[in-house]
Formats: sequence, C-alpha cells, structure tokens
Amino acid sequence: MAEAKRARPKPTPETQHFWDGTKAGELRLQRCDACAHVYFPPRPFCPSCASRKVSVFKASGKGTLYSYVINHRPAAPGFTPPYAIAVVALEEGPRLMSNITGCPQTPEALELDMALEVTFEALDEQITLPLFRPAKG
Amino acid sequence: MRRNQVAVVGAAETTELGIIPTMSQIQLHADAALNAIADAGLKLSDIDGFATAVETPQQICHYLGITPTWVDGTSVGGCSFMLHVRHAAAAIEAGLCKTVLITHAESGKSMIGKQPRSIAPDSLQGQFEAPFGVYGPPSMFPIPVLRYMKTYGITHEQLAMVAVVQREWAAKNPRAMMKDPITVDDVLNSRMIAYPFRLLQCCLVTDGGGALILTSADRAKDFPQKPVYILGTGESVETPMVSQMETFNSSRAFKVAGPLAFKEAGISHADVDHLMIYDAFAHLPLFGLGDLGFMPHAETGPFIAAGHTRPGGKLPLNTNGGGLSYMHSGMYGMYALQESVRQMRGIAPAQVPGAKISVCHGVGGMFAASGTIIFTNER
Repeated sequence: MAEAKRARPKPTPETQHFWDGTKAGELRLQRCDACAHVYFPPRPFCPSCASRKVSVFKASGKGTLYSYVINHRPAAPGFTPPYAIAVVALEEGPRLMSNITGCPQTPEALELDMALEVTFEALDEQITLPLFRPAKG
Repeated sequence: MRRNQVAVVGAAETTELGIIPTMSQIQLHADAALNAIADAGLKLSDIDGFATAVETPQQICHYLGITPTWVDGTSVGGCSFMLHVRHAAAAIEAGLCKTVLITHAESGKSMIGKQPRSIAPDSLQGQFEAPFGVYGPPSMFPIPVLRYMKTYGITHEQLAMVAVVQREWAAKNPRAMMKDPITVDDVLNSRMIAYPFRLLQCCLVTDGGGALILTSADRAKDFPQKPVYILGTGESVETPMVSQMETFNSSRAFKVAGPLAFKEAGISHADVDHLMIYDAFAHLPLFGLGDLGFMPHAETGPFIAAGHTRPGGKLPLNTNGGGLSYMHSGMYGMYALQESVRQMRGIAPAQVPGAKISVCHGVGGMFAASGTIIFTNER
C-alpha cells in the first residue's frame, strides 16, 4: 500500500496563476488596479472595492511569523509530528498558511515576529508548495 | 427585532449524552425532538416551522413526519442553532409560522449514520490550508492563540484555568462527561495535542443532541413550562479559513454578533446574570469576554484566573461544564442554548440563584461564524 500523502491542492481557473507561480519559483499575489489593495487568496476581483481590474505580481517572499501551532496529534497524512502549522504575515500585507522549514519545530526556535523568507518544495510535477524558512542575514 | 415577542416553550437534550452506540445521527435528532415536544406538551403535528444544520431539513422533517411551512437549513458550524433561534424569532414575528422546532444531533464519537467531514482539494481551504498539515479542529482552532497571548500578555496558566474552572461547574452537573476535579498542573501536564494546547484544553468528542421549540410570547403563557423570552440576537460570519481572519487578536464575527445582540436587548454587561461562551478550546471564553465587551482582552485571562467565572463568582460562565467537560458532539451551540434555557427556567443542576438574563454566545467553524442569543425569564 502506498504511503499516505500530503493533501494535494487542485487549482481552479481563479487560482491557476498562483500555482503556476510557485512552480516557477515565484510567490504571486494580486493587486487591485483601482484601489491598490493587495490580497490573498486569489480571485479575479478586488475584495475591498469590487473592481475586476486586478493584476498579478511577484511578491518579495519576505514575511514574519504571525502565529502557529506545533501539531502533535492527530497528524495529517504525509506529516511526521511534531510539525508547525504557521501563518505568515507577508511584507505586502496578506497572510497565508504555510510550514516553517530549516529550523527545529519547537517554541524556542519559532519566535513570533521572526523574519522569514519563502522557499519552494515540489510536491509532484504539477504542484509546488510555498514554504518558509528563517530569513538569512 | 423587537424584544420578548418570541419565547422558548420546549427544550430538551437527547435521553442519553456521551457515547451512544445504539442510535444513528438522525435517530439522535428524533430522540431530542420527541423529548422537546413532550417538554412543551405538543404533538409533532403542531410543528409548522423547522430548522436544523448539517443534516438537511428535508431529511429530519421526513424522518419525524413533519410538514413545515417554513424551513431553515443554515449550517455555519456549531453556532448554527443560535442563528436558527434568531431566524425563527423573525419568522414567527413575521407570521410565516407559529411553532418552530430546531434540532441538533451528532454521532460525533460513534460515527453512526454520519458523513465524515472532508475538505475538497479544489476549495480554497483545500488549496491554501490542507496542504500544510491541518487535520481537524485541534490543529486549526488554536492557531491564533500564540499571537493572542503575545498581544495581551495572556499566560499558559490562565489558559489552563479555563479548563479547571469549567471542570468545577461540570462536577455539579450529573450529565457531564468529565466530573473529576483537575488542577492547573494537571492541565499543563496533560498530553500535548497542538502546542500551545494540551488535551484538557480541547473539547470532548461525544454523541448527543438537543432540540428547542419556539412560539410567540403571547401563546407561550399557555404552555406547561416557564417561558424563556428572546431578548436580543446577533449573527455574523467571517471566513472558513482560520489563516485569513482579519486579526488573531479578536474575532470579527464575535465583534459583530455580540454587540448586535446587546444593542437589541437594550442591556448593559452589568445586567448579565449568566453567560455561556462556546468553548471548543480554552481560548474561546477569552475571545468571547473581550469581543462581547465584558472587559478588555488583556483582562480576560486574569479575570478567569481570579475565579470570577467559577461557581460563586460574579460572572458565572459555562455552568454546564462547557464543551471542555460537559459534552461536545461536534456542534456544541445547542447545548449552550439548552443550559441558558435551564438557567432561565430555574432548573439547572448548577443553578445561578435569581438569574434573570442569560447571554449565550456561539462560534461556528474556526471563528468562521458567530451567533449570540440573549434570553430572559421576565417579560
């Protein structure tokens, strides 16, 4: 029997650009051309002013650790506990859920507001996930 | 909505609570409904309005043999029943129906006749949360806690006291699942579930149900039970994704629903004799006390730690023992409502002496939705 795998996102027409971005090594956000609001998750209109004139842009990939849990049980398929489930506050404003790699999954190593940077992990040939690691320098 | 125009005239839980391997989920609905009908001295044929969540109205109406002229299938998580009460009160006032039955039941532990909850991989949650290892409420609901603690200086010990105090209330309730006293050390040494929360800070998983019957206040005086009037109501939703909350320092849905209910009721916080705040996890009472305006968020942890919400305290909170100790079948809002009704009838096992106003505040999903009902036993 195949090993249980991590939940795999299935893009929709409205989110395809995001997943194309991660595959190309870019974290893509959207900005409203009318009111300049930057938002996430993806949608083809501005949730602030309802304008349909919006643009996709490459985010800096920089952020800070907004909050997290260290999950012990039950563990999701494809994860070895304990592992942190984090919410990252991006430099551009939106927040997104992710995991923190490259550091111990402990309260001591995971300090709120610590600087993070995006890194990409291919799940398979189609899907690459945006993860975060402690920022260098 | 006008105050005190609609009343609860029937209220009951399932005959058993806890682990019920002898009933499917729809039968738990029926068991609660039949108990509530008996409580109100009614027949099923008297019911012309019906509301439920998760299960569809058609499923339960057919099973019970009810032909309604008004239905509400609002299903926004564990506070759905607060929203049903609000909607039912409006419907009765508008003349759409006369006598509404609201049912909840969940085979949350035994999982008999219950569809497992799942997240579609092409939903926003499936794309932007599930791949990062969230797996059920314990891995999601506590995600805001560390930020909340840092912002307001809330301590692990204060969050442990929530569980300790609720166990004190549970000890006074014969039907509570967990009645043995616990200490802060017990909580902080219990099994780690999702840091910062441990087992005793997470809700129980049980089977059970409950049902309410509402009618106009003018008719309510002819029923066998003491009427419990709807004084104020509020509701809102925010987001199905905990990661996308406006802030982790507060719940927007709470901040809309709670104050709306207080305004409608025309009461101040000092008027509140009894309070229920849906406690799926230990931080919920803190968010509720802050967002409903009882006190600044920074004071909520010290307030509970000082014992003000325990038996004999000045603000009795979650007097059945809550989702942490009484029961939690998955959508606890119905049990919070049942306890408020018992308190207003004056028949609660841990009765607050002379209580006249009860505030019952619910959450749905992971801060996704909220509903607040303010009850009174005086018209």
